[in-house]
Order: sequence, then structure tokens, then C-alpha cells
Amino acid sequence: MVQAMVMERSLPAATPSASAAPADAVGGSRIGFENVSVTYGSLTVLQSLTLTVNPGEIVALIGPSGSGKTTALRAVAGFVRPSSGRIMIGDRDVTNLAPYDRKIGMVVQNYALFPHMRVEENVAFGLRAHGASEAVVRARVPECLAMVGMGAYAKRYPRELSGGQQQRIAIARALANKPQVLLLDEPLSALDAQIRRSMLDELAKLHRDLPALTVLYVTHDQTEALTLANHIGIMRDGRLKAFGGAQSLFRNPPNRFAAEFLGRANLLPVNDLQPAGEGRVSVRFGATVLKARNHHRLAKGSDCLLCVRPHDFKLGSSRPDANRLSGVVRSVQWQGDVHNVVVEVAGECIRLSSAPMREPPEPGASLDVHFDPADVTVVPEDGADG
Amino acid sequence: MADAAIAGVPASRPRLDSFWVVPPLLILAALFFYPLSLIVREALGGNEAFTLSHFSEVLSSRRFLDGLYNTIIIATCATAGCIVLGFVLSLVIAFVPFRGAKSVARLIDTFIALPTFLVTLAFTFIYGSAGLLNVSLIRLFGFDLPPVDFLYSQWGVILAETTVYTPFVMRPLLATFSQIDQAQIEVASSLGAKPLRIIRQIILPAALPALVAGGSLCLLLTVNEFGIVLFIGAKDVITLPMLIYSKAIQEFDYTTACVIAVVNVALSLSLYTLYRLIIAHFGGNRAGVV
Ligand SMILES: Nc1ncnc2c1ncn2[C@@H]1O[C@H](COP(=O)(O)OP(=O)(O)OP(=O)(O)O)[C@@H](O)[C@H]1O
Ligand SMILES: [Mg+2]
Repeated sequence: MVQAMVMERSLPAATPSASAAPADAVGGSRIGFENVSVTYGSLTVLQSLTLTVNPGEIVALIGPSGSGKTTALRAVAGFVRPSSGRIMIGDRDVTNLAPYDRKIGMVVQNYALFPHMRVEENVAFGLRAHGASEAVVRARVPECLAMVGMGAYAKRYPRELSGGQQQRIAIARALANKPQVLLLDEPLSALDAQIRRSMLDELAKLHRDLPALTVLYVTHDQTEALTLANHIGIMRDGRLKAFGGAQSLFRNPPNRFAAEFLGRANLLPVNDLQPAGEGRVSVRFGATVLKARNHHRLAKGSDCLLCVRPHDFKLGSSRPDANRLSGVVRSVQWQGDVHNVVVEVAGECIRLSSAPMREPPEPGASLDVHFDPADVTVVPEDGADG
Repeated sequence: MADAAIAGVPASRPRLDSFWVVPPLLILAALFFYPLSLIVREALGGNEAFTLSHFSEVLSSRRFLDGLYNTIIIATCATAGCIVLGFVLSLVIAFVPFRGAKSVARLIDTFIALPTFLVTLAFTFIYGSAGLLNVSLIRLFGFDLPPVDFLYSQWGVILAETTVYTPFVMRPLLATFSQIDQAQIEVASSLGAKPLRIIRQIILPAALPALVAGGSLCLLLTVNEFGIVLFIGAKDVITLPMLIYSKAIQEFDYTTACVIAVVNVALSLSLYTLYRLIIAHFGGNRAGVV
């Protein structure tokens, strides 16, 4: 049955866009965490994680250092054994399966290429481990190298490649067995910023070429997560603090932590929430009444936070229904393609980013800013859900 | 004149530097080269005319050839034993997570500091004809003769040498294993490789320099081993060092002893050269040996 699903899902791969890459059946399969906990001695590093990565989807796990992202990924790979809970790949319960029986591809931060093997032998390793014939190896290895644009490097040793090239080989090696799921643990973090950006584009293209591949992507970097992932999970202290579609999580963070970790956010303390019609609510920020969406359906009268992204603030003339704030400019910083301005409003410092201005405001000057109620939502204080 | 002044400055430095080579050379000469030259001189005829006749005589003698054969067989087998045992033990210590792996490694390391005959002595207590094993077996089953008597043969020597010299292989191996990227092993197993394939294709290639270096060190040490062979006291196991000892001390045949000693030194030096070449080839750092 999984087989049938795999075949079906692989069909879209045979599109013209896949011409450079082989349009083959890299099968898609669901990854499921069911109440997975991991403990080291008395330390619980993963707390009842429940999370599903649907077939063909990319889910990014982000979170601060030590939050348990790698542990979650290694639990899928089979290198840490959950103290409770189940891990599913497709319909298989793999919780007690040895890593070599899980049929997964894995790419790690430092590439971990086998140093004494040539590139082609690295890529062939998984095929040979599965007992593939030499004819299959000879056919498949060039395919995989072409997929990552490294066809010309088959005879090199890993030490003769740049970091970016090594990471491509690591990806080709992971895909050689046509795994159902691909696990990536900070695959780009050892690369410098420019190469990281182009590798990010290539990973996105790779997934367009292999749309059935299910990917769990662990990263520190919110840009990577926002660029690649369909869904994003935000972790802290071994718990999943937020999970949702990349865009909706960005627009409607469920709590303070999620708002601050995914993108920058101004979280204004507001109170006296009242319905204001058309799905909007009004809240009080100091003496000012502001309007916002109430995505999380917070109760009337509650104290909460208003999440305003720095780019949501506008300067200059405003529409009549916009929220308006005035304050004093505290600092102005130019960063090439943006101006970052800090404005003090009613004792709170808010940050706004705008397109570069010809005449930026001077520190000390007073400044009026406004933002659209449709762009912002109220968010519960973290106390509400831990 | 200016030229001379310029040329004079750099020239004076090496002369001063090279002076410091002299004291160590002198000490070496007094302690090593002089006795060695005496041995070589004695082997080549001593006070009488220079002759190679002693050499041809000794080298074609039955006892010498037996001794050489024994030496090579014992050294080769013991080294092979050290490599296999050392590799397996190091694998277990480095990759099988168990409590106290570190202390075991340290314990084995201190083994290197012990005198070699200690192990042999322990062996006699355990496997000797009046040792623990034989006495228990005789008590239990009423044998007339000690049933376990491998100790007084070639095999006893090989076993003892293997036990004593295995740590010399394990030391560089453990150093190398600690440098193997765990992620490589994990990626390999996620690619479907079972433990044996990982050992063969990932760990063994990485360990090869250390294995070869440790192995050649063992070979060097076992070729020259004297204490263990003497302590076991097997009558038929005569190696080159034993032969030198019995010729010189028991038969007062210094000339023959010197000839054999020259052969032994030549054998050791060529093995040592091989050892240095291997280490240079792999790079001492990578092999984790000094
Ligand atoms: N083998 C181990 N033994 C004990 N504790 C461990 C072990 N591996 C991880 N931990 C702990 O588990 C917690 C989570 O680690 P994990 O590697 O999953 O974090 P992470 O989110 O991937 O962090 P980073 O972003 O720094 O990679 C950390 O507190 C870490 O110290
Ligand atoms: Mg990590």
C-alpha cells in the first residue's frame, strides 16, 4: 500500500523541470512523532513530542541551541531511543528498528563524507550496503551526482572539494538509495552566507524535482525555515512551542516565544480587549486604542500582546482606519536596503524597518507611525500556555 | 672586502650551532657505537686478520638457522596476535558504549609500564605445570600428567608476547578511534550499512596507519624479546637473543655470539627503518603515534 502511494506520488516528478535530474520514484512517506520523549539520565531533552510531517512536505524544526532539535531528528534516524512514545515512518513503527533498517537519508552539518573514498564511492556506499549490483551502481551514481550538479567531480576525494561542494555530495549520497524521508541537520550552517543562499535555492529546486520526498529540516536559521518549509515547528527546552504553516506561524504567532523566534517582532503590552466588529478587536495601549485581528480568539477583557512586525509600521500619510502611534526617535540605523528606526512610544521602544529613506528622521525628533489592523494580531502572554 | 664581511656573518652561525651536536654524539659514541664496533670487530676476526669465515660458518649452522626461524615465526605470530587482539579490544572500548570504558583504556595503558617478565610469571602461575589450571584439572579429573602444557612451547611464548605487546597497538588505535567522526559512522548506518561493513569500510581504513605503525613496533620489540623467552624457559624455543645469551654466557663462544648479535642488530635496524618509513608515509600525527 505504501508502495502504491509512492508510485502515485512520484508521478509529478516527471515534469519538464526535472529534466536535469532523473525523474525517479524517490518515495514519499509520512514521518510521525507520537508522544516521543527522550531522556539522558535524569535530564529530559524531548518532552512528549507529537508532530507529523506529511508525505512530500518539508517541515523545519527551529529553536535555540539545546532545545532538542537534533535529538528529535536523531530519534527518527534511530540514534537515540525514545524513553516513551512511537516513531512512525509511513505505516511502519520504526521505534525499535536499527538505523540501517530505516531506509532514510541523512545529511549533517559537517558533511561527514568518508575521507578515504572518492566522491563516486561515497555516493555508491548506500547502494552497495543494500546489495545493489555494480550495473545499478554505475547507472545510479552519475544520476545522483547530476542531481546536485557535481557530475564532473566523481573522481575527486572529499578533501579536494569546497565546503559547498562537499555538502552537495553529502546530499547526493543521502538520496542515492531513493529514501522515503530525508533528514537534514543544519546542512548549511557550516557554509558562508553567500554560498548558503545559493544552496538554499538549490535545495528548494531539488525538492521541486523530487516532490514526493518527505523532509525534516533542523536549523537555527529562520530564513532557511521560512524559505524552504511548508510547516515550521518551534522548539524550546525539549518541547514543541509552536507548529503551523510557515506563513500563518509568521503572521499569527501563538505566543511570545514564537513571535520573537520566528522573525523580529514588536510585542506591545495591551489590555482591555473588546470586540470591534468585522472579526477585529480593539485593545488599549497606554492611552491609545488600537485595532487588530484576534486570530487566537482571546477572551474579551483580557490582557495580551500586540504583535507588530517591524515592516508593518509605515511612515507618512495614513488611511483613516489605520492604527496611529506617535513617539520620539531614539536611534536610526542604515543597513543598505533598509533603515531600522527605534521609536519610543508611551515608554515602550518599538522597532520599525522601512525602505531606505532619502531624509531619515533625526534622533530626538518626534515621529508619527501607523499600521494596518489587518497586518497585526493579538497574542496571548506566554503564561497562558507555559 | 664587503663581500667577505657579508659572507662571514651567516657562516659563523652554523659553526656555533653545530657545536651542540658534539656532546650528544660523544655520549652516543661512548655508550652505543663503541660497544657495537667491538662486537662487529669480534665478529670479523677480532685481533687476528679480517675474515668473513666466522660469518659463513655461523650463518650456515643448524642452530643459527633454527634460531632465526624461531625468531621470525614467533615475532610474526605474536605481532599478528597483537594486531587482531588490539584491534578488537580497541573497537570494543571505543565504540561499544559501556560504563568504565575510559578506565579500562587507562588500565591497559599502564600495562606498558610493567616489566615484561611479570606477565610471564603470572602465566606460569596460571598455565604452568604446577599452575592453577593444571592443578585444578588434575584434582578434578585425576590426570597423571599436567593436561595443559602449551606454555613451554612456541605457543606459550607467542601468547605471552601477544599479551605484553597488545597495548602498544591499542595506544595509537585508541587515539585514532577517538578522532573518527561519529557522524561518519551514523551516516553510514543510516545508509544501510551494518556494523561489520562499517568496521571494514569506515573504521579500518581510518585505523590503517595506526595499525601498521603499532604492528611494526610490535614486530621490532618481539624480534628482540629476551626476558619473556627466558622466563618461560621452553627448551626447544631458541630465538636469536637466546642464542646470543647461551653462546656468550654459557659456552663462552664470544665470536659466534657477536656474529649473531650483528645479524640481530641488522634485523632490528631494518625493521626500525621500515617503521619510520611507514610513519613518515602516513604522517605521525594522523597515526597518533610518536
Ligand atoms: N548524548 C547526550 N548525553 C547527554 N545529554 C545530551 C546528549 N545529547 C544531547 N544532550 C542534551 O540534550 C539537549 C538537546 O540537545 P540537541 O542536540 O537536541 O539540541 P539542539 O536543539 O540540536 O541544539 P543546537 O541548535 O545547538 O544543535 C541539550 O541540552 C544537550 O546537552
Ligand atoms: Mg543540533
